[in-house]
Amino acid sequence: MRFLGQVMVITAKDLRAEMRTKEAINASFAFALVVLLLLSFAFDPTEETTREISGGLLWIVFTFAGTLVLNRSFARELPNDCLDALIAAPVPGPALFLGKALANFVLILAVELVALPVFGIFYNVRWTRQFWPLMLVLVLGTWGLTSIGTVFSALTVNIRLREVMLPLLVYPVLIPMLLGAMRLSALLVAGQAIAGDETVWFKLLFGFDIIFTALSLVLMDTVLLG
Amino acid sequence: MRQKVMIAMLALAAVLLVRNLYVISMLPDEMRQGQIFRIIFFHVPAAASAMIGSAVALIASVLFLLTRNFKYDALAVAVTEVGLAFLAVNLVTGSIWARVIWGVWWAWDARLTSALICWILYAGYLILRQALEEPTQRATFAAVYSIFAFTDVPIVYFSIRWWRTLHPQPVFFSKSGSFPPDWSRAFLINMVAMFLLYAALTMIRLRQEETQREIDYLRRTVHAI
Amino acid sequence: MSDAAVDCSGVWKFYGDYPALRNISFEVPAGRCLALIGRNGAGKTTLLRILAGFSKPGKGQARIFGHEPRDTETRRRIGFIGHGIAVYDELSALENLRLFAKLYRLPDAERAAREWLERTGLERVRDGLVREFSRGMRQRLAVARAFLHGPSVLLLDEPFTALDDRAVAVLQTVLRDALAAGRTVIMSTHQLREAMELATHVALINRGRIAFHGERTEEMVNNPGWVYSQYGES
Repeated sequence: MRFLGQVMVITAKDLRAEMRTKEAINASFAFALVVLLLLSFAFDPTEETTREISGGLLWIVFTFAGTLVLNRSFARELPNDCLDALIAAPVPGPALFLGKALANFVLILAVELVALPVFGIFYNVRWTRQFWPLMLVLVLGTWGLTSIGTVFSALTVNIRLREVMLPLLVYPVLIPMLLGAMRLSALLVAGQAIAGDETVWFKLLFGFDIIFTALSLVLMDTVLLG
Repeated sequence: MRQKVMIAMLALAAVLLVRNLYVISMLPDEMRQGQIFRIIFFHVPAAASAMIGSAVALIASVLFLLTRNFKYDALAVAVTEVGLAFLAVNLVTGSIWARVIWGVWWAWDARLTSALICWILYAGYLILRQALEEPTQRATFAAVYSIFAFTDVPIVYFSIRWWRTLHPQPVFFSKSGSFPPDWSRAFLINMVAMFLLYAALTMIRLRQEETQREIDYLRRTVHAI
Repeated sequence: MSDAAVDCSGVWKFYGDYPALRNISFEVPAGRCLALIGRNGAGKTTLLRILAGFSKPGKGQARIFGHEPRDTETRRRIGFIGHGIAVYDELSALENLRLFAKLYRLPDAERAAREWLERTGLERVRDGLVREFSRGMRQRLAVARAFLHGPSVLLLDEPFTALDDRAVAVLQTVLRDALAAGRTVIMSTHQLREAMELATHVALINRGRIAFHGERTEEMVNNPGWVYSQYGES
């Protein structure tokens, strides 16, 4: 339980620091709205066919906005050399990973939960018809984005052009997860329940999350210490 | 010694390929697809070599992280670079085939789409390496990324396949038509030839990487004097 | 390898082609205060970071009490002050110290945090955000953070640089208390005078090598530049 205690300490620290400045989360909200707007121009929301696929478009918004939060995750440790202090402390790498990943998860989920109603308004879609299954997709998909994004945030923190490198490296790895999340969201937003063959996407999301969380836990120490 | 092995492999690969080109051109046309079907002799072995290459890259990356011996890092980058080239061959031949048979350059079929995603994944590996200057950090981070990429590959294949099964496309002629026995032999020989070519190119790249390290080491020693 | 507080044997460190440290070997038994002096670029920061466990030597070994600096238990015994203050701008002084107290698993985090706020004279501004602190205040908080968990070995990289009077006084007091309690201190410094007052031993690093390592003498206290003139290159 000491492990979990340290995880919570780090999560609390990240969230408290973010709430004081709100840099990442404001940028993320704003970006989500802008992208939603642009997508509304690209895909005419008044057409019935667009409304049917619109759930998939949501994940483009979520992924782009999420990257802003993820970038900040380890970048916030750079001023004052705070990362040194974190590494020097007797906190195991997996605890540091989980602490930061949970904080990122909370922040990105918050942005998504704000973007959803706005999306509902722009696209005139009643997205609440399959609310809880949709929430499950959000949770699973966002955790996939967060777990990989947090490790890669540490990987790219010292690189020039970090803001470009992070999405460049993360998005291809996420493709299977995005495929599943987009597919499920499109159906759920259109009000259809997930049944039969389509449940395979839930299995994909679960499996994806478990595999990559395990991998991230194991490799975090290596990334931090080089 | 290694030089001789490398040259021998290259020579053997060249001989096999040239002989095969002759054999392949002599084979009768496949019933439904005509001339273009011959492209499968290169299309499939290219993908098979790339797949084995990515497995070798994984093993090399894990071994580097465990031993911190830079020869594994050199192997990982060599095998990945050559693999990208072979995967590109796979994509281009697949695209040409699609254009001839289906009339479109890209048809979003399961295998080619997966191959494209894998190509992008491993291109990311090279981009990451380019962005990191310090050799130890570069090797370590690249190894971590390589492990993530390899873990993703089977998931990509499955997910794209499910995507295509749940949304069936119009039925085209399948890529693997009937395979007459004299074709099988030529196919296997080409497969071996491509593997040899892959191995030889990897060794060339490996040699280059090791020479670079030797130069770095000599420069270090000179600086220390 | 011995069980001395700090032990280096055959340490080399390369950055790309360049050897920043060349065959560093020395031992620091517990209770000493070693002043590590040397010109800019000599290798002081590199050496301290290896001792603190932030990077690994290219060749050779560094040990703290006979163990790898990165071992979890050993990490609790090391305190480090680097070039950055390593506290969070967006948190208050108290929040920062409480955070590190919890990360170091101190039994009573709140009490330890408050105690060190008092010792560094920051009790009155404990709820102020660090980004509003003056430079001297930030430095004092960095000292509090480094000493908070009662480390046995203190590795300080130019701790006296750009401190105001009050911060210098605080640091000297804290260091004297630590040394009196038998702790070991290695500090790199340009501020020869402050260093010589506290040091029991002196080591000079020149171009990645140890050019001198011995007891501090009267002459060094009276004329801090003496070591450079004797053993350093001009």
